[in-house]
Amino acid sequence: MITILRKELADYFTSIRCFILFLLVLLASAGGLYAASQGIRGAGSETGFVFLKLFTTSGEAIPSLVIFIALFVPIIGIALGFDAINSEHSSGTLNRILSQPVYRDNVINGKFLAGLFTLSIMMGATMLIVSGFGLRMIGVPPTAEEIMRLFIYLVFTIIYGAFWMGLAILFSILFRRIAVSLLSSIAIWLFFGFFWVSLIVPVIAKTTEASLMLQRLSPGTLFGEATTVLLLPIWRGAGLLTAGEELSYMIPNPLSLTQSLLLVWPHLTTLISLTAICFGISYVVFMRQEIRAT
Amino acid sequence: MGKKIAVETQDLTKRYDGVTVVDRLNLHVAENEVFGLLGPNGAGKTTTILMLLGLTEPASGSARVFGFDSTREPLKVKRLAGYLPEKVGFYDNLTARENLKFIARLNNISDAESHHLIEQVLQAVGIADMADVAVGKFSRGMKQRLGIADVVVKKPKIAFLDEPTAGLDPEGINQILDLIVSLPQTGTTVVLSSHRLYEVQRVCHSIGILSKGKMVVEGSLDELGREALTEGRYRIEVETAEVSPRLIKVINKIAGVRKVETKGNLLQITTDSDLRSEIAKVIVQSDAPLIQMKIQEFSVDDIYMRYFHEG
Repeated sequence: MITILRKELADYFTSIRCFILFLLVLLASAGGLYAASQGIRGAGSETGFVFLKLFTTSGEAIPSLVIFIALFVPIIGIALGFDAINSEHSSGTLNRILSQPVYRDNVINGKFLAGLFTLSIMMGATMLIVSGFGLRMIGVPPTAEEIMRLFIYLVFTIIYGAFWMGLAILFSILFRRIAVSLLSSIAIWLFFGFFWVSLIVPVIAKTTEASLMLQRLSPGTLFGEATTVLLLPIWRGAGLLTAGEELSYMIPNPLSLTQSLLLVWPHLTTLISLTAICFGISYVVFMRQEIRAT
Repeated sequence: MGKKIAVETQDLTKRYDGVTVVDRLNLHVAENEVFGLLGPNGAGKTTTILMLLGLTEPASGSARVFGFDSTREPLKVKRLAGYLPEKVGFYDNLTARENLKFIARLNNISDAESHHLIEQVLQAVGIADMADVAVGKFSRGMKQRLGIADVVVKKPKIAFLDEPTAGLDPEGINQILDLIVSLPQTGTTVVLSSHRLYEVQRVCHSIGILSKGKMVVEGSLDELGREALTEGRYRIEVETAEVSPRLIKVINKIAGVRKVETKGNLLQITTDSDLRSEIAKVIVQSDAPLIQMKIQEFSVDDIYMRYFHEG
């Protein structure tokens, strides 16, 4: 498996696709930083957590870094996985690899791990670059708690990306055509990211609670909520802690790290299990898929 | 023959969506021979090879490669077997050398060991000068050559080649066929499928003809050829300056001669065995000048066509 992992990693790092993704991520970081530089002065520092504001402050026209990341992570995940298996199929390499003395699961494990690795490096690098520049910009070092929060946020982004990658790999196994697998992954992303939350749920949900429940079926919502809880300790999520009406009576007071963690724990497990389900289905389908003549 | 069996199948059957592609196939390939799998398109040649490699599971029956069950112990079979798929593909962004190195690594061949080996096989298939060019720039024929190199590099005990000469130029075909012929000497049994009968004739010791998933005929090329043409007999053609009735009588007396026919100065003699030297002696003794004599050759074409009309 190490051999396959190594080759896949080498492939990723030398591919134009990865170069473009890195560029996108860099641009996003630059945009986020610029947004923060515009907005951070206005943002009150009465609650502390100045460093986290680097990530969450939006400018006048430019959205904040976390919004950029929430947008890009699914794209990166899909881009890393959408042609994992079917490109090998269409180029005729899959038969050759599978006729070598390797277990079939090594092929898919190697691909998934290589993707995860690339994703981690990409997101880790982004966070570090932003932190570095941000430190120069605002001159306030992060506290230990902020570092912890950022690290947990990083873990979340990687798992969120892994989910989309797992989904894309699943489609790449199910569909022979690369275009079909790419489009279906994007379709699912658009559906949950936009239509589900802003069009379908408001129509079918009768109560606020029901609407929240339904919204949380979308992995994007889960990630968004987790991000907010982690990076905006002051924020009280509607429905997460309290009902909407009580919100206005609350004294603005940041949650402690452990409290925040407790809040996002279900989100984390859900995202991990979603990823595991995607990978599990891919695994089973791939193991059973027959190599056919023609 | 007392030879060890390399490949053996027992009532091997495969169905795709209710259609029987391979139907109770019994195949035997002896060790260190070149076995040709013939048959029209869709006869089940590729499917048979896939089942032998354990890439596809049979519906019923079993396949054994060097004693290992292809379905239950595919990894052991894959360790021994090299496979050249019909539509061979490589990683276009890697060079020929890197592609081979990857395969060598998957086969647990150390880089130090494979380095030398790769050089050798690239030389053997005639693309050594392209070793460091990305495979994406290769022509169809060069990829095919690399495919052969890819099989040979793991030094398999058995090589399954699906249409090994497809897409090659005449020179390339010769080169590859020479390579295939030399494989049994280094301990590699070859099973190849092909449509090009003259190639099969050149390299194969035994053949099996498939039609609609069934084995029509299987055996060594010599036997089958004679079987097809002359019901197992030899046919010797003799050209002399003049044919006299006395000469025919003398030839008829040789033990083993079945029939003598004349066509002008040409004598067609049907015999039970190769009696060329005896016949030559008789002709020379009878003072008739012998111009030429040849044993009738058969081609795989003849075998193929004959069994095809029957099957």
